[in-house]
Amino acid sequence: MTAQSTGVGRRRFLGYVLAAPTLVAAAQLLPAPAAAGEAADITELVDLNDLMTVAALPTSGLIRVEVGGDGTVSFALPRAEVGQGITTSTAMLIAEELAVPLDRVRVTLADARPELIFNQLTGGSNTTIATYTPIRVAAAVARQRLLAAASAELGVPAGGLTMKDGAVVGPAGQSIGIGALAAEAASATTHQVQVELTQRRSFAVIGRPHGRVDARDAVTGRKTFTMDLDVPGAKPAMVCRPPTINGKAGSVANLAEVAAMPGVTDVAVISTGVAVRADTFGQCIDAVRALRVTWRPGTVAGRSDDDVLRDLRAAEIPLGIRPPTPVVEGLFTFYFRGNSALETNCAIADVRDGRAEIWSSLKSPIVAQQAIAARLGLPQDRVTVHVTEGGGSFGRKLFFDAALEAAELSQKIGKAVKLMWHRADDVRQGRVHPMATSRVRLSHLGDTVLGYQQRHTGVSTDLGHGLGEIITALAARLPVGDMTFAQTFFHFSQSMPYTLGVSSRLLSETGKGFNTGSMRNVYSPDVTCARELILDQLAARTRKDPYRLRRGLLHDARARAVLDRVAEAGSWGRAMPAGTAQGIALHTEYKSASAALVEIDCRPATVGRPIRDGVTGPRVTKVVFAVDAGLTVNPRGLEAQMTGGIMDGIALALTSSLHLRDGAFLEASWDDYFYTRQWNTPPDVRVIIMPDTSDQPGGAGELAVAASMAAVACAYGRATGTMPTTFPINHGTLSFTPKPTVPPVPPSPVDGLTR
Amino acid sequence: MPEYTFRVNGEQVTVDVPGDVRLLWVLRDVLGVTGPKYGCGINVCKACTSHVNGKAVSPCSVPVSELRPGDEVTTIEGLAGDDGLHPMQQAWIDHDVSQCGYCQPGQIMAAVDLVRRVAAEGRAITDDDLDGIRNICRCGTYPRIRQAIRAGAERM
Repeated sequence: MTAQSTGVGRRRFLGYVLAAPTLVAAAQLLPAPAAAGEAADITELVDLNDLMTVAALPTSGLIRVEVGGDGTVSFALPRAEVGQGITTSTAMLIAEELAVPLDRVRVTLADARPELIFNQLTGGSNTTIATYTPIRVAAAVARQRLLAAASAELGVPAGGLTMKDGAVVGPAGQSIGIGALAAEAASATTHQVQVELTQRRSFAVIGRPHGRVDARDAVTGRKTFTMDLDVPGAKPAMVCRPPTINGKAGSVANLAEVAAMPGVTDVAVISTGVAVRADTFGQCIDAVRALRVTWRPGTVAGRSDDDVLRDLRAAEIPLGIRPPTPVVEGLFTFYFRGNSALETNCAIADVRDGRAEIWSSLKSPIVAQQAIAARLGLPQDRVTVHVTEGGGSFGRKLFFDAALEAAELSQKIGKAVKLMWHRADDVRQGRVHPMATSRVRLSHLGDTVLGYQQRHTGVSTDLGHGLGEIITALAARLPVGDMTFAQTFFHFSQSMPYTLGVSSRLLSETGKGFNTGSMRNVYSPDVTCARELILDQLAARTRKDPYRLRRGLLHDARARAVLDRVAEAGSWGRAMPAGTAQGIALHTEYKSASAALVEIDCRPATVGRPIRDGVTGPRVTKVVFAVDAGLTVNPRGLEAQMTGGIMDGIALALTSSLHLRDGAFLEASWDDYFYTRQWNTPPDVRVIIMPDTSDQPGGAGELAVAASMAAVACAYGRATGTMPTTFPINHGTLSFTPKPTVPPVPPSPVDGLTR
Repeated sequence: MPEYTFRVNGEQVTVDVPGDVRLLWVLRDVLGVTGPKYGCGINVCKACTSHVNGKAVSPCSVPVSELRPGDEVTTIEGLAGDDGLHPMQQAWIDHDVSQCGYCQPGQIMAAVDLVRRVAAEGRAITDDDLDGIRNICRCGTYPRIRQAIRAGAERM
């Protein structure tokens, strides 16, 4: 894909008309322009999103927009919709270029398309950045063909025609629907064409708030997730899992007995445990609970939080010699956290007759297809992978653990299966955000910052889902030396908006054996939280206002603007009662800028609110959040993503963690793992979307987590007078009674009618 | 196997399953009613919230043998009449509440139950009422849920 200047300021883009019986227009995915900057910070020369988009260039296939005879426009998006709103924003891009009503644009999710290589990976908040222009180019090609077809039909030059409400309209008011033109506009040959895109000042859809395209299906129960699909013969299946992380099944004492239980059709040992298949999931749960299995120890047998913490301390890269000037230092600990979505890991697999068909919500479907083919001993082209709508991801669906299991089980028993993880499985054996420490030293002379060093040390983050491959492929071309995947990822995801003198931020990872993953916003929430707390310490030390101090250190106008906006809208500095306080924090990433101002109530009456089987604790009472996403496609969707990120940030700072004890996590339910609940939700949340500052959208799906977590931590520190150093702050108190690990899942209660 | 007869969304059904199979699986795996979602199986996450005789329950924790022929089970699919949307569903759309949408059928059924209970007490919804909702939303749509419940309540 190339773009050329015509010399009059309008860019022309190359697209394709494909040979087809109806109009099919196409484009290649292309890179967003690299952010140029004078600062020495490498993340401002090229960030992770540039890596992901540049990686796509030489290898990507075409994406296709099809106009049907019924006047609808169809597009199979090579990304996963997991709640982030990309089917809606994509439909908006197409509606803009083709001037069709949004409800006539059908956006579906593409099956795994190996020819797209790196370009079917949903992560790094990259979807809109990478697809914004190509989707519009494909739609613009379709528009051009429709106008030409209408011109021939009406005998009016194309220049005298316009598109409106799904029709081409002539100067005398003549009108032909695009459906009636679709066959005429089709092409017998595939050829390249040049198009111009709708100019920003003419946008009628992009930038205006729009509700989700699937909102009605979601509220009527019609939205279809993997578990709701009716695949013939795919009966429910579950796995009896080990009592420790990644333990292995030895012998099964009562396999025949369990196989004879009501509804049970199959019992089989697979690589991750003992699988059962039955008529209903209820009978699967009963069978899993009845199995008597001898387990071999797992990959982190005997290890607890303190052991991991000791390893992290040992693996930390030294800060070096302490400078002679005053320093502010801190060591922060972040315990394991779960990125389990509300939809547990699940997949449908039908592996028979040398073929495999898989249905699952997958953010890296090509890697999944390759891995499943390898596991089954099948050629890759004998494995079909359908990407279904996902019930949340938060990084979890970059992995395909359930799809691998379902495929293995289906092959083994020769029957289709609908495999689901129990909630307890999802918490105990699922992917986690690695435990980490962050050591920070800031040196200063008065209020001049001379240097900033941060040493982030974590349990290894598993990036082996495609993102790692992208980075490997590109790292050799970039001036980053021989860093590992993770170090490269870390470097490219951690932008530094402040001028902090001689600055270095290094990542060290240690330890294997945990099932880790890229939880929403990956390293940034922890890294940012530590940095912002240290800035608050510096402010206290130098008797400066935390907002003013930050403002003085910011070199980027967009960052200053979001910070100013929350300070003003949130009445920064207003008088508040003892035990309550404000906190303010900033985060830039994904070519976007964000700031959060929060108010927290740490008074005993609030902390001690009684809630059955829940953690109340300090309550965030108000959040004002400002976001500059460059160019906002759908303000309503962007606001939703910010709100969700705020809820994540509150949980990370205050309540949610996993406790590792003797090789297993103690948590097994949502009443053990304390993600934000209604009683933790701020009554007052305000998201401010800044005016566009760019012609290109930035990323947003993960953006809000870091600034929110940091602002909550800063507010807590100011309300209590003590800087928090372990997160979440309540990790030291076990607020629930751990459930047994044998059997691995709890029984379903029977008192639902009376409780 | 024993047969159990009850009503689902206005229609009488008879199912032939062991009595201890929980209602959630009878709805989803036997009857193909997939609006109620699985989220935990132990009456904690509330993703499967539906109504039995107008009262919110978690079907994951109701053995099918507990149901009697006259009992009316209402899932999200049966909340509205034939004319379209229940006011709470409309409020959910108006406030663009859903993100992934997985928990939202349960959230809406819980919201309708809450509004009915509060109305029966002759008072308006308070922040404490909203704080007491236990349904999990891992996408963090809680603020919009609170707005939608207040709006939906006015139209119920």
